[in-house]
Amino acid sequence: MRETGPRDAEDWATDDPLPGGIDAPHKWILYLDKISVSFDGFRALNNLNLYIEAGELRCVIGPNGAGKTTMMDVITGKTRPDEGEAFFNGTIDLLEHTEPEIASWIGRKFQKPTVFVNHTVLENLELAGLRDKRVWPTLITKLSAQDSDRIDATLRTIGLLDHARRQAGALSHGQKQWLEIGMLLMQNPRVLLVDEPVAGMTRQETEATAELLNGLAGEHSVVVVEHDMEFVRSIARRVTVLHEGHVLAEGTMDVIQNDQRVIEVYLGE
Amino acid sequence: MLAKRWLDHDRGGYVLLGVLAVLAVVVPVANLAFPDGSPLHLSTFMVTLLGKYLCYALLALALDLVWGYVGILSLGHGAFFALGGYAMGMYLMRQIGARGVYGNANLPDFMVFLNWDTLPWYWHGFDAFWFALVMVVLVPGLLAFVFGWLAFRSRVTGVYLSIITQALTYALMLAFFRNEMGFGGNNGLTDFKELLGFDLQSDKTRVVLFLTSIAALALGYIACRYVVTSRLGRVVAAIRDAEGRVRFTGFRTHHFKVWVFTLSAVLCGIAGALYVPQVGIINPTEFQPLNSIELVVWVAVGGRGTLYGAALGAAVVNYAKSTFTALLPEVWLFVLGALFVLVTIALPRGLVGIAARFKRAQHA
Repeated sequence: MRETGPRDAEDWATDDPLPGGIDAPHKWILYLDKISVSFDGFRALNNLNLYIEAGELRCVIGPNGAGKTTMMDVITGKTRPDEGEAFFNGTIDLLEHTEPEIASWIGRKFQKPTVFVNHTVLENLELAGLRDKRVWPTLITKLSAQDSDRIDATLRTIGLLDHARRQAGALSHGQKQWLEIGMLLMQNPRVLLVDEPVAGMTRQETEATAELLNGLAGEHSVVVVEHDMEFVRSIARRVTVLHEGHVLAEGTMDVIQNDQRVIEVYLGE
Repeated sequence: MLAKRWLDHDRGGYVLLGVLAVLAVVVPVANLAFPDGSPLHLSTFMVTLLGKYLCYALLALALDLVWGYVGILSLGHGAFFALGGYAMGMYLMRQIGARGVYGNANLPDFMVFLNWDTLPWYWHGFDAFWFALVMVVLVPGLLAFVFGWLAFRSRVTGVYLSIITQALTYALMLAFFRNEMGFGGNNGLTDFKELLGFDLQSDKTRVVLFLTSIAALALGYIACRYVVTSRLGRVVAAIRDAEGRVRFTGFRTHHFKVWVFTLSAVLCGIAGALYVPQVGIINPTEFQPLNSIELVVWVAVGGRGTLYGAALGAAVVNYAKSTFTALLPEVWLFVLGALFVLVTIALPRGLVGIAARFKRAQHA
């Protein structure tokens, strides 16, 4: 049922080797295996398995409390699981890295758009795209022409070229969501985790977002967590359904829609 | 041009630096060139008072850097000021030499009084001016670095951070009150005679100290302005607005906070070191929490997050304090409290905010 071939995965594996010493057989860009997380006895994640291929666009759906946010917290290093393994790019153990380290490989877009409201669109992208994020280099280094080109290209991708000099706080809700996606792109991550990108968007904005995310897949691996089923249908190639902290079903939208268990817990509501 | 970037669109900064330049010429001339009794004469008392305000302005500038730009509300910044002051005070004590009441060339008077027979190890080196200068910067800087590292790495923020900064300065006050600490107990350090061999009571020395304070404030302003207009300044402003987002963008936010907090503490230390030779005393009351809270009021009154507003607020509130405590001493604390409430409710952007509103009204 795979839409993207293993060829993509190998491309990623060969170019730009990343640090990490473990020689795991995992060929996946993102590999979560038997992850369990408990908060005060409540099992937020229960034996969760999730495997994402390089270049894939994956939608994760599930009712409230299914563990979607906790899953992203584990991937980005915010929450440490009680059990299980999490690898990035086959060899990098995510459980041994800090949030800022992981952020350079895996970009996360929160549900509520959080952009730096007192900075311009341009400055938002510039900060996200800084190559050296230590204190002194930030104080001293100048922006190179190459960096400016990258910012320009990103502005074009997210459709905010005409708004570059505006305060981010003055943007519409949809524009803020795109700016945040642009900020993720500036970090040049391999994987984008996108939490409910179209919540509160108008129809046109939703369509533009679908187009944007579709365009990003291939070059990036994109994991979208979304409630809006119509939106999921419009972009998804492969859908994972979470329920009570584990994977209930996985497959194309057609398979998912006809799965009896999925209909009971989610679609039937 | 670099200089252009620092002061680009910074009218308030131009005004501040302009006022300082004028003061740097007018005050020495009025004090030294015109004789006592001339209507243009400025008394040495006034020179010293203005010098004191300049030190307060530098202190307020330092607080605005962390509060206005990084969103760290420190209620213990007076501690760094006092530490810088003590470092300078220790040098001035050693300059007294054998001219103290007890005539002991090896020990300050208060140590002779306590029947100590040797100088504590941490007083060694303070005979040298350069050593004292290093300590003025190093002691507050190091304390801020260690404190900031522990607090910011543990992600202590908001009101909790304010409370522990308050506890820090309170603990230091209690420690410095103890005679056994070796800093003169509740009397502190005083009766200074000379600085680098120049008589501290002479008009010329006072004028030089005043000019040094002007230079420190001007350089401090330019340094802060350089930081806040740099890309680092944009990162810390982003930390103030959405720290979690900055962390997910790949910045180690606590490194940035510690860096700015330490820079701010160093500026406080320099302000304290300039303050002590002008007022002639440093004692543990400089550590009292009230001082640090007053400092926050200065910045709020002037206008938080503008730098020059903080300097303005320090001057205005302290001028009001000088006036009120002379006329109606018991009313001052009520005035201060009322000022803070009034500014918070009616003028969230401080005096600088009024000026901006006025200008906008003119344009409209």
